[in-house]
Amino acid sequence: MSAPRETLRDGDGPGSRAAETLAMTWRTPKGIVGWLSNIDHKSTGKRFIVTAFAFFLAAAFLAALMRTQLVVPDNHFVGPDLYNQLFTMHGTTMMFLFAVPMMQGMSLYFVPLMVGTRNTAFPRMSASAYWIYLVGGLTLYAGFLCNTGADAGWFAYVPLAGPQYGIGKRSDFWNVLVNFSEAMGLMVAVDLATVILKMRAPGMSLRRMPIFAWATLVTSIMIIFAMPTVMLGANLVQLDRMLGTHFFNPGAGGDVILWQHLFWFFGHPEVYFIFIPGLAFISSIIPTFARRPMFGHDAVVLSLISTGFLSFGLWVHHMFATNVPDVGKSFFTAMSLMIAIPTAVQIFCWIATLATGRIQWRPPLLYVLAFFFILVLGGLSGLLLGSVPIDLQVHDSYFVVAHLHYVLIGGAVFPLFGAFYYWFPKITGRMMDERIAKWTFWIMFIGFNVTFFPMHILGLHGMPRRIYTYAAQSGWGTLNLVATVGAFIMGWSVLLFVANVLAGLWRGKPAGENPWGAGTLEWSVPSPPPPYNFVRIPVVSSREPLWSREEGAPTHVSGLSAQTREGLVTTVIDALPDVRYGYPRPTIWPFFAALAVSLWLDWSIFSTQGFVWGLIPPAIAFIGWFWPREKATAEALALEKAP
Amino acid sequence: MSRRREATPASVPAVRRGDALDVANLPSYGFSHRSLMWWGTAGMMAIEGVAFGFMVVIYFYFRALDPGWPRGGTGGPDLFWGSLNAVLIVVSAIPNTVAEKAAMNRDLPKVRMGLVGLSLVSLGLCVVRWMEFTRLNVGFDESAYGSTVWTLLGLHTFNLVTDVADTLVLTVLMYKGPLEGKRFVDIAENSGYWDFIVLTWLPIYAVIYWAPKF
Repeated sequence: MSAPRETLRDGDGPGSRAAETLAMTWRTPKGIVGWLSNIDHKSTGKRFIVTAFAFFLAAAFLAALMRTQLVVPDNHFVGPDLYNQLFTMHGTTMMFLFAVPMMQGMSLYFVPLMVGTRNTAFPRMSASAYWIYLVGGLTLYAGFLCNTGADAGWFAYVPLAGPQYGIGKRSDFWNVLVNFSEAMGLMVAVDLATVILKMRAPGMSLRRMPIFAWATLVTSIMIIFAMPTVMLGANLVQLDRMLGTHFFNPGAGGDVILWQHLFWFFGHPEVYFIFIPGLAFISSIIPTFARRPMFGHDAVVLSLISTGFLSFGLWVHHMFATNVPDVGKSFFTAMSLMIAIPTAVQIFCWIATLATGRIQWRPPLLYVLAFFFILVLGGLSGLLLGSVPIDLQVHDSYFVVAHLHYVLIGGAVFPLFGAFYYWFPKITGRMMDERIAKWTFWIMFIGFNVTFFPMHILGLHGMPRRIYTYAAQSGWGTLNLVATVGAFIMGWSVLLFVANVLAGLWRGKPAGENPWGAGTLEWSVPSPPPPYNFVRIPVVSSREPLWSREEGAPTHVSGLSAQTREGLVTTVIDALPDVRYGYPRPTIWPFFAALAVSLWLDWSIFSTQGFVWGLIPPAIAFIGWFWPREKATAEALALEKAP
Repeated sequence: MSRRREATPASVPAVRRGDALDVANLPSYGFSHRSLMWWGTAGMMAIEGVAFGFMVVIYFYFRALDPGWPRGGTGGPDLFWGSLNAVLIVVSAIPNTVAEKAAMNRDLPKVRMGLVGLSLVSLGLCVVRWMEFTRLNVGFDESAYGSTVWTLLGLHTFNLVTDVADTLVLTVLMYKGPLEGKRFVDIAENSGYWDFIVLTWLPIYAVIYWAPKF
């Protein structure tokens, strides 16, 4: 078991023996077992992105069914029971199976490339999180296809979702989905936060860290503090349903409003951990197409951090129609208005960057400009809703539906499509067609506004959300027809986008390393990046390492083993080289562990026994995952140097 | 303190060679916040801490809201088993600290000693915990109060059992191998997590056993 005496170390450029050895060391395992064992952060990130997009299409399809039902008054295309499932599945899919995993997938793919490392800190954990997410999503849809789709709304209020009214297994599927998706979110968040704090390239002090990484850090920390509450809440509902506890039973000392607190303490930050990555996309795209560093970089970073903090003080504004004390409501109104400040600071910084730069009108920038228009409108209706008397008037009406889609689609989905165009060349090595991209943009922009703007008016005219049909005498027919036409226009733009992706994959122009002339590290490596990301770990001396660097500073790291998967841990604030790190190797255990956890959760839908005995397979899988192997230990010993 | 100073990054700097920063001589692992696993464990603790914290909030939320509180289980659970657990769990900090300190000195025999001690005490804790559930004096399906104390105790038990299993696995590993320096970091991280179990038990104990008295 003797390891090679002389270790081949990295530090030589492309084409060198070290580079060839790195390619061997980091190569992706082959075959189906290899595919299931792959823990490359780029593969995991891509899997998240593709799967989340598939769920996005599924939820969009459900939305199309709802719009079809509402196109004329007194329609009977779908009945009330299916309609309940449609809007619940739509909201749940968009929030839990599309938005969060999509944003985390983007971060998983790009953060290690941006901060200059070869893989994430816990790549096995993120890989496992992906499989948990996939099975969780499929579980929810399996229930739906068997007429057991969740039907109590995406926030599953009790008592509707509780044991008394939520009969059958529909709400159980929803509760268990929360366990699946939050477990996934938390695992990835811990991984991402660790990469950002401890694995940045030497010289990338916190002050030089890209805004995208800052946003991911803020989001990950928010996830760590917000997601446990909804997980706890969903499990308490599940205990009420399965074991007869009384958390939400006022007759036995429980309380139904408790659920709303637990849900929205998560649910409001949730909006921001979808929105903050959207801001991050914008802050990545604008400097590139304005050809200058971000104006007010520090102000933007501080705004992201303060948005993260403030977002935890807003949850009661979803509960203005409950018996919360008036003093409390005033506090939450003030907080709801206050959170507009950091967003405004960022918008001013972006405008200043664009105004003083040399603008290039490429497709990613168009989506950013759409954000300005849509989010400002959504923000304004948000200011209205933050005020208690107005909220009481339009609560649970289409005004709220309009507002939330303006904020979420404007704040997250438009920037996301901009990000797709921006980073597609990096992920695939090919460009997408710009002409089709611009068409897609305008169709989507028009379709979106035609769909959702009329909903403001419908809400003011009193149309409640979540009704499956309405009477002709209500006078809501015309605006609903307009909204449905808009929805189909929007759907068309999404199909056009998919076609553009496929065409780009098939015969897009080769992209090269840096097609947009951007300044951050992910653009310094080939497209698509090799499995080891960097032949040489860069040393960073400025905020845009590809645009400027300090004279005489070192350019790269050398001395890491090329024969094993080795990387560098740096200090939190200054990113000084601190410890060499042996990355985990690919293994099938994270996949097995995810299956075992999934089995446990799925079993717990049907049996309380399953909740206890189902824990045994995950325990075995986690021990198998952890248990050190002889070969890996021998290799590590050969490189070992005690601190 | 002196060990901490030695461990600062400046003690083993990367070396400048031409355009490169040579890191070949950096240590291949580090303890405490120099280890990535420490950050991962800290994240886990934050997640579980939020869950514990909210269960305690729920307890007092119900107590403040319901005029009929606690509806069953008057007088609270028997103090004996919970208090025994509190004493025993504080005692468990001794072998735990022995294991942690020995791990940082890479002293294998002492690590084994500490881990065996901790395993024994922690298995004892599981037995005591079982008894606690039998003496809560309220059913989980009796009232919201009953549901809350059962769940709070259950959450802590889940963490306790997880870390007992973890400790047993590490103890076996320390005897069977394969070992390398990094495994000592695992021991230190496990000890840190055990400290979390100990420290969270004290407020949870106070809530479950003493809050009903006031």
